[in-house]
Amino acid sequence: MNFEAVIGLEVHAELATETKIFCACSTKYGAEPNTQTCPVCLGLPGTLPVLNEKVVEYCLRAGLALNCRIADYSKLDRKNYFYPDLPKAYQISQYDLPLCRDGFLRLAGGKTVRITRIHIEEDAGKLIHSPEGERYSLVDYNRAGVPLIEIVTAPDLTTPEEAVEFLEQLRRILLYLGISDCKMEEGSLRCDANISLKPAGTERLGTKTELKNINSFKALGRALAYEIERQAELLAEGQTVKQETRKWEEAKQRTLPMRSKEETEDYRYFPEPDLVPIELDRSYVAAIAATLPELPAARKRRLIEEYHLPAYDADRLTAAKPLADFFEAVLRHYFNPKAASNFIMGELFRLMGEAGMAPEELTVNPAHLADLLKRIDEGEISLTLGKTIFEKVFRTGASPEEVIKAEGIRQISDPVWLRTVVTEVLKENPQSVGDYLNGKVQALQFLVGQVMRKTKGQANPQVVKDMLAAELARLHF
Amino acid sequence: MREEVSVEEVRHVAELARLAFSEAELRVLAGEFTRILQAFAKLNEVDTTGVPPTAHILEVKNRLRADRVRPSLPRAEALQNAAAVKDGSFVAPPVME
Amino acid sequence: MELCDLTLHEIKDLFARKEVLPSMVLEAVAGRIREVEKSLGAYLALDLDTAFTAARAADARFQAGKALGTLDGIPVAIKDNLCQAGKETTCASRILQGFVPPYTATAVQKLLDQGAVIIGRTNMDEFAMGSSTENSAVKPAKNPWDPRRVPGGSSGGSAVAVAAGEAIVALGSDTGGSIRQPAAFCGVTGLKPTYGLVSRYGLVAFASSFDQIGPIAKDAEDCALLLAAIAGFDPLDATSVRGEPVDYRQELDRELTGCKIGLPREYFGAGLDDEVRRIIMTAVEQLEELGARVVELSLKLTEYALPVYYLISSAEASSNLARYDGIRYGRAAADRAELAAYYTKTRTEGFGPEVKRRIMLGTYALSAGYYEAYYQKAQQVRTLICREFAEAFRAVDAIVTPTSPTLPFRLGERLADPLAMYLSDVCTVPVNIAGLPAISIPCGFVRGLPVGMQIIGRPFAEGTILNIAHQFQKVTAYHRARPNGAERGEQK
Ligand SMILES: [Mg+2]
Ligand SMILES: [Zn+2]
Repeated sequence: MNFEAVIGLEVHAELATETKIFCACSTKYGAEPNTQTCPVCLGLPGTLPVLNEKVVEYCLRAGLALNCRIADYSKLDRKNYFYPDLPKAYQISQYDLPLCRDGFLRLAGGKTVRITRIHIEEDAGKLIHSPEGERYSLVDYNRAGVPLIEIVTAPDLTTPEEAVEFLEQLRRILLYLGISDCKMEEGSLRCDANISLKPAGTERLGTKTELKNINSFKALGRALAYEIERQAELLAEGQTVKQETRKWEEAKQRTLPMRSKEETEDYRYFPEPDLVPIELDRSYVAAIAATLPELPAARKRRLIEEYHLPAYDADRLTAAKPLADFFEAVLRHYFNPKAASNFIMGELFRLMGEAGMAPEELTVNPAHLADLLKRIDEGEISLTLGKTIFEKVFRTGASPEEVIKAEGIRQISDPVWLRTVVTEVLKENPQSVGDYLNGKVQALQFLVGQVMRKTKGQANPQVVKDMLAAELARLHF
Repeated sequence: MREEVSVEEVRHVAELARLAFSEAELRVLAGEFTRILQAFAKLNEVDTTGVPPTAHILEVKNRLRADRVRPSLPRAEALQNAAAVKDGSFVAPPVME
Repeated sequence: MELCDLTLHEIKDLFARKEVLPSMVLEAVAGRIREVEKSLGAYLALDLDTAFTAARAADARFQAGKALGTLDGIPVAIKDNLCQAGKETTCASRILQGFVPPYTATAVQKLLDQGAVIIGRTNMDEFAMGSSTENSAVKPAKNPWDPRRVPGGSSGGSAVAVAAGEAIVALGSDTGGSIRQPAAFCGVTGLKPTYGLVSRYGLVAFASSFDQIGPIAKDAEDCALLLAAIAGFDPLDATSVRGEPVDYRQELDRELTGCKIGLPREYFGAGLDDEVRRIIMTAVEQLEELGARVVELSLKLTEYALPVYYLISSAEASSNLARYDGIRYGRAAADRAELAAYYTKTRTEGFGPEVKRRIMLGTYALSAGYYEAYYQKAQQVRTLICREFAEAFRAVDAIVTPTSPTLPFRLGERLADPLAMYLSDVCTVPVNIAGLPAISIPCGFVRGLPVGMQIIGRPFAEGTILNIAHQFQKVTAYHRARPNGAERGEQK
């Protein structure tokens, strides 16, 4: 018998605030171990947490962008468990009254994935696990207290592909909102997955397993695929799936059962007495809603309608906000959407790829690309030459004008100069001229080639062709 | 509320709290808990239907801080109270995974 | 009377009249410490060298006419659960042995900023859990009026130090009576402020929704001065309250005519020592003579306060004390081979029996299946107790009760029976449950043992209860009695 997968995701995103959630320590990534700690985030006796206002604001941004209901009244709770990376032996999180609930995200295919809740909580420190044979591990608390939002979906996803698309869409949105840098490799975006199988068509839910240690989009897809296969085999053999937490092993491309932190998972949640409740008045929420940027899906739709771009172009251009912003900035200087889109998806993406440049690092002046596109359209320079010039613009930041001057590129669409070259070529190739006049039209192509060679490809072939044809026509009579 | 607290329950709670007790101590604790909780069962006399729980006697709400960085502790001070330190980090028992 | 037996305000007057310098006061205090500390055990750590340096600096300021603030040059003792940068802070627990905080509690910093001379850290029940200071992992403190008896707790050391002249004033902390009950047992004046008035930043947490730091002194006027010095909003404590600073001393001299005082029946019933009752009733008559109108009232939920208090405070404690795992600070187990074993060994070796009992009780109350029955239920009853007090305070300005139902008991007397020990707090815990301010003042003696009267006020009405206490102390001498025999007052 065949099975359907029932998948839910639990996503943790580190918020891009300056300071930690409950103290004034910096959240910068990659500092020396334990150089970004203080009495509060070390959980020293007597210290107290004070909530960072930006954390609330950022969580609401996410909630609003994901169509959530924003709570009027919310509070923080303690989740108690012992682990060396957890300084206070409890994580300050939210239990029954999260800031946001009941939202959704729509996938490209139109499918709606429900968001159960979004809440704020503190991150734990980093454990450097025992090197082989060593009888200890090391703890770095720089990350302890870095703010997180936890986004929990309903089990609405049915395939690994859907899960990956959801996570990609979600990442896009969080990046557009500017509330997280979402770097899976740095752990600022983490994803756990719950998955169970049920006989196709039935409603009867199977036993689920929780998958952890998923460090990339690819890993998410692979881990889910692996787990679906594993569970399907068990069920096919009439065995049962064990409810457990399993770890994705990237190296071996498999999931393995994980030893749980608490032998007995009893977190003893209770309201955090050191923090007071959060009451959100509507005007504050409205003010935040007003500052939300246009989100990827909406922008893609607009690019298609407003500029008549193909869906494919619109999708690639809205993959990251800085790219879409760049594209539209170019259009403000010179309006040729398709040409701009082609040039960006072709040249710009290639150069960025080679330079390993992230979208937010893009520094090219949109006016420069606009200027270049204009010169190409007006036949002043060829597309090929345009690309060469743009490469210089991209690397040096110089304007096309400056590059053209510096490289001694002639104003090749200047007719006087071009006409002299054309006359030369006609003189030097009486044979071809004759052929043409005797009706061998393809001889013209050869002559164009000659002119292009003399002008080192700087001439605009169309202009050359027209000019030759005109000259030959005069010779004919 | 319960009449009897068993040694098994006390053992489980001790595990949650990361405390160890001898069998004798566990029996004593079970006895004390039974007595204490029986005395506390008095609370059941109070009708609390529809009564909101008080986590805070204060009216204070929304006590938030501005997102402004202040200097952290020098690492030496962060580590000064640790029982064991290595390579600028705290030393903990080995954790696999 | 020696300098060390004087009050803060008396000494300030001497300073003002240039008859005395801070170092002279410290000399007297140090002398008294040499005499009695061995037998009383008020201190866990003394820092007299630093103190004398500070005192001499204060001398210079006075001679230059540049005194800092109310407390400049005044020898102060602080409870060992208040962090001070560079000073070992142990909460009288083995598990915090050697812990030296890199930061200073807000209340302590305020003392230092005003020139206070901190002489040492006082003895207490481990993590402030107890009513006798017998739960100190180091040594029990003794009652200066009768060393065979307990000084009360958990701030026993602070109360003893003030009563015996080992300090002029002291800071304590009060979670369920830990300032008021030892103040009563030692014949001094102690005030537990409204929850939120004094910052808890730097106070090692026992039960976060009850804990407050407060003054222990020789009279209400000193409490007013010390309270004004430590009160106020602190951005580092989200539960501290914004408000205008109050000069409580301004409130002291109002007459009590028209002041309505309530006597809650439930605090005068079974379990109350007859002689204590007699003394309190005499004191109440005294208040009437001062013009107060005394009315009987009923606080029916009083009998539920003890379970509510012990369930919630133990639950919070079980979480607050989970951080003592031997990794970042404090005492650690020797064997680091296995994680769970390391935690368990560290904590089992580090905590004393009463602390373990509360951690266990609290863990139980929060654990799966019992949360609703115990923790949640207690929180709901807490709501009702708060409402009942609010209701009562619509009819009266203050509520008067005994501070402790009994006289100071003998060392060891209640150690065997936790429930009996918990009963010592029956008059004080309701105040913490509702977060109200309350003061305990000496109001008489029975066989040479002091009796304390508790005056409870509306939230942030510290001025009112200090006023009542001060007016009472203007016409009585109990607060002037000193255990060392100095002017004991004919009441004895
Ligand atoms: Mg989480
Ligand atoms: Zn910090």
